[in-house]
Amino acid sequence: MITVETSCYHCGETCENTNILLDDKPFCCEGCKLVFELLNGNGLCTYYQLNGQPGAPQRSQIRPDKFAFLEDEKIRQQLIQFRNDTHTHVTFYIPQIHCSSCLWLLEHLHKLDDGVQRVTVNFARKEAQVIFQQSQTSLRKVAELLTSIGYEPYISLQDLQHKKPAVNRQLIYQLGVAGFCFGNIMLLSFPEYFSGNGGMDTHLFRYLNLLLSLPVFLYSAQAFYRSAWGGLKHGFMNIDVPIVLAIIVTFTRSLIDISTNSGAGYFDAMTGIVFFMLAGRVLQDKTYQGLSFDRDYTSYFPIAVTAIRGKKNVPIALPDIKEGETLLIHNNELVPADGILVKGSALIDYSFVTGEADPVPCLTGDIVYAGGRQLEGNIQLHTIKAVAQSYLTSLWNRQELQQDAHKQPSFIHLLGRHFTWVVLGITVLTAAWWGFHDPSKIWPSVTAILIIACPCALLLSASFTNGHILSILGRHKLYLRNAGAIERLAATDHIVFDKTGTLTDKQKAVTVFNGQPLTRHERLQAAALAAQSTHPLSRMVRDFCGSNHIPVKDFEQVTGMGISGTVMKDTIRLGNAAFTGAAGIAATNGSVVYLSINGQVRGYFSIRNGYRNGIQSLILQLRKKYQLTVLSGDHARDESTLRKLMGTKATLRFLQQPQDKLDHILALQQQGQHVLMVGDGLNDAGALKQSDTGISLTEDSNNFTPASDGILAAANLPLLPYYIQLCKTSKRIILASFIYSLVYNFTGLFFAVQGRLSPLTAAILMPASSISIILLTWSMSALAAKKLHRKALQLTADEDQSFACARS
Amino acid sequence: MSVIILLLGASLTVGLLFLAAFCWAVKSGQFEDDYSPAHRILFDEQADDHQL
Repeated sequence: MITVETSCYHCGETCENTNILLDDKPFCCEGCKLVFELLNGNGLCTYYQLNGQPGAPQRSQIRPDKFAFLEDEKIRQQLIQFRNDTHTHVTFYIPQIHCSSCLWLLEHLHKLDDGVQRVTVNFARKEAQVIFQQSQTSLRKVAELLTSIGYEPYISLQDLQHKKPAVNRQLIYQLGVAGFCFGNIMLLSFPEYFSGNGGMDTHLFRYLNLLLSLPVFLYSAQAFYRSAWGGLKHGFMNIDVPIVLAIIVTFTRSLIDISTNSGAGYFDAMTGIVFFMLAGRVLQDKTYQGLSFDRDYTSYFPIAVTAIRGKKNVPIALPDIKEGETLLIHNNELVPADGILVKGSALIDYSFVTGEADPVPCLTGDIVYAGGRQLEGNIQLHTIKAVAQSYLTSLWNRQELQQDAHKQPSFIHLLGRHFTWVVLGITVLTAAWWGFHDPSKIWPSVTAILIIACPCALLLSASFTNGHILSILGRHKLYLRNAGAIERLAATDHIVFDKTGTLTDKQKAVTVFNGQPLTRHERLQAAALAAQSTHPLSRMVRDFCGSNHIPVKDFEQVTGMGISGTVMKDTIRLGNAAFTGAAGIAATNGSVVYLSINGQVRGYFSIRNGYRNGIQSLILQLRKKYQLTVLSGDHARDESTLRKLMGTKATLRFLQQPQDKLDHILALQQQGQHVLMVGDGLNDAGALKQSDTGISLTEDSNNFTPASDGILAAANLPLLPYYIQLCKTSKRIILASFIYSLVYNFTGLFFAVQGRLSPLTAAILMPASSISIILLTWSMSALAAKKLHRKALQLTADEDQSFACARS
Repeated sequence: MSVIILLLGASLTVGLLFLAAFCWAVKSGQFEDDYSPAHRILFDEQADDHQL
């Protein structure tokens, strides 16, 4: 059967229903059409011309009073940045921002609302700063306007509790100052080098150099002083200690040389080193602005919920919720505080909190825990705990999560330390030698050794390699928090996976029908009935049976039981055994939905989460090199499948509480193993933090991931062995370029021990070694990334193929 | 010699001007969002956006 697929003019989704047309343009849903009508009516169609199908699907309806809490003065006060008599400034985080059309439309918001004065989008942070006149519009209206055009601002509890930290630009300024001084000192040193003996008078140039080196010595190099001091305070000699020593010795020696008129000093070498090392540090510390590695539950929670007071619904800020409050939780909203269900029947999805795959039905009187998502209709809760004391919050505030896990210092510090001892040894020997032969040469030779032998080449090769590897990994959608994570990832020998949402794909369900095979007619009937309900299981049955738009009469939904209705004159029932009148409970893994037609049970659909694409080959590959463990919060019913997948040597544990996961990782670490934890939910938060490297998976970068060392796009999970491989290569690259740089060091030492190191030699050696190290590390890491790149291309090709297969 | 002092003064002044320009650019956040300004400049501003 060949069908011509039409894709939505607004969002590009496949149109299942081709009846929604406007001006000959197809739309997938009424929501998309509404947005188009609004934009078209206001002359904003450039939106569709800049990029094809730029919108986000508008299928899910957003309830009209969702932003009512923005009317609340107290909440509003904390959200807005600035307000005077006429204008208000506010910054919204809008996760949907993704292309230049978004940019264009948001910055033309004033065409839709006269009260909006100006919108400035920060694309990297996915933020829009809105300036509006409060006499003509309001915060709530602006938020609703944004929502109506498909850019719903995300306002979470985090916005309420603390303001975002200011961007730290100090390192950039320090780099700029160092670059300026370095360049000018180089230039001003030329007369010194080339004037020869008895040439022009170079005093002026020397004093200018001294003047220019002061900002570098006092300002730009501060980052190194601070880090060296911090290390020493904790009794740890890091690589910055010998570097600071070299900077101070160089400066003092140069100062003495100039004041005694015995030489020109080594200011060019000193400022150059500081400049290059700062450049490396800036590259290495480059952060991903759109991502946050320190999310806690506050960015997961909404800012306000609806409380019922008397007979009125009032929006109430989360921190103000007290015990004994009645809350109205709408469909698809989070439960913010532990409470007793008083009205409605709940179906709570706890997968993010506990890792359980199936939603839990609750009846009136049951306790509902914070962090669950209500899936079916509206419910009312009577809170028994305030937000800060709820189960989820206490999960988060546990001691072990608050402490910074002690992580192994980088190998470059140890290497730098050995290097320093060797250099100090050479210094002492040289001093002794000159002490016997010509004491006047002790000072020049000793200082020259210390200048030439600072391990800055090691620091340079480490920071440039790490910076480049981080950006390569980022290009392949593994975003690591910092350079330390590269090294810890490389040391991995035990990989722990979470199951739900990590090995399995929440979006991908495997549905099987057991029983007498269904005819096409019966399938369509079941699908039509299932399409009436928003229950996740209904959606899966609908997708399995082929969605259609056959009308359903007498539709009825019994929460916690099932749904029934009349489709094409037959009475269809979908639900549990009792609801459909089925005899026994089927022994199967996954959820079960029975189907009965005209009172006769036809069989059941068994639905379970499917494993991600490429998982099988990934595990086969990992099994050879690493020990594997699966810690699942879910039931053991998937054990046989999982055992087949993971192999006989793997450890499988089920029904794991967050604490159990953490303890298991701790036990592995006590056996001396280096653990990589891959997880996705809040229930993994403790384990992610405790493990040597914690990587959280996300379907798209707007999703909320628990605090971790790295964030990985879920589709790229099969590339995991190649990421680890690249991180391992990174250490080799650092070592190789360090050994290479030793050539320069020894050349310098050759002159230094003889007390003959001229400023010119130092000025040539220093930039030559720095630049060649940068080139070397850059080309080696680019070469090392080739394999990862090839595999990534293969992965996308495979996915396209399997997608095409699934369609045909 | 005096001409060299003049030249030194001039070259350092130019250098300082560039340093100041760099600091200004960092302060105004030009290195933080490298997408929006590059695209914003390409948008045609029409008196009345044409309707489809």
